[in-house]
Amino acid sequence: MKLFNSTIFGILFGIILTKAEVISWFRINNMFHFTEAHMYLIIGSAIITGAISYVIIKKFSVKSIDKQEIVIEKKELNKGTVIGGILFGIGWAITGACPGPIFAQIGAGEYPALITFAGALVGAYLYSISKSKLPD
Amino acid sequence: MDNIFSIWPWYVTGPLIGLFVPLILIAGNKLFGISSSLLHICSIVLGKGKLRGYNSDNHKWKLYFVIGISIGAFISVNFLTTGKVKFLPEFYYSLNGFILLFTGGVLIGFGTRYANGCTSGHSISGISTFQLSGIIATLAFFTGGLLYTYIIYPMFN
Repeated sequence: MKLFNSTIFGILFGIILTKAEVISWFRINNMFHFTEAHMYLIIGSAIITGAISYVIIKKFSVKSIDKQEIVIEKKELNKGTVIGGILFGIGWAITGACPGPIFAQIGAGEYPALITFAGALVGAYLYSISKSKLPD
Repeated sequence: MDNIFSIWPWYVTGPLIGLFVPLILIAGNKLFGISSSLLHICSIVLGKGKLRGYNSDNHKWKLYFVIGISIGAFISVNFLTTGKVKFLPEFYYSLNGFILLFTGGVLIGFGTRYANGCTSGHSISGISTFQLSGIIATLAFFTGGLLYTYIIYPMFN
């Protein structure tokens, strides 16, 4: 992907995430306490929109911008999906951020998110040096 | 349009977020996901070739995308919002808060790489392309979140 386009898409994504407040620890906390539907409605309507788009792409064999056939990466289901998923879920509840919102919290001036970011880099590094020893 | 400065409703933002699936598929022929950028930044911090088995050449766009996210958030709070919005509780502006955030960050980095995806890659891209792993991963994310909310957090407070 062209780096200029990628930056523009990132900016749009950052604006949307921030205006939706999905980068807010308070919204994430309310989601896990089931006290408001906000996050569920956003994630749910995002999935439905993505799924409709995917069906359209398949049905009309839409090509990518460089005229290639669109290939969907198959995501493997293994022990890591569950174990890693649970670990991430705990981190999500603690920080109020998943990977995208970490960058948004930083941009929005919540500077403690820089520490979340540092932790996430350490975590990704720990995974890459230990992956051969983890159950898969 | 008079609401542009307040919070945008879910029925606008949810579908807009979902549109990033076809956008990234068409513009880059890639399944949209963000957590892989963490590994890419790691490889940059460590220096080229230091992260075993990682080829950084195809992933440069992800770095630009996440830098874009920060810029977008900056624009949002400074030019598209009236008044101040808090996204983190006051507690996180303390030493104990920093320790907790760092721990949470490690869990995010390790967990999303081990699971091969996060909310964007698994929950949104995975489920919307009808992949079972996306549903299982999303259930695991919520299991972890509920575990912290109802068991781990109350144990320490």
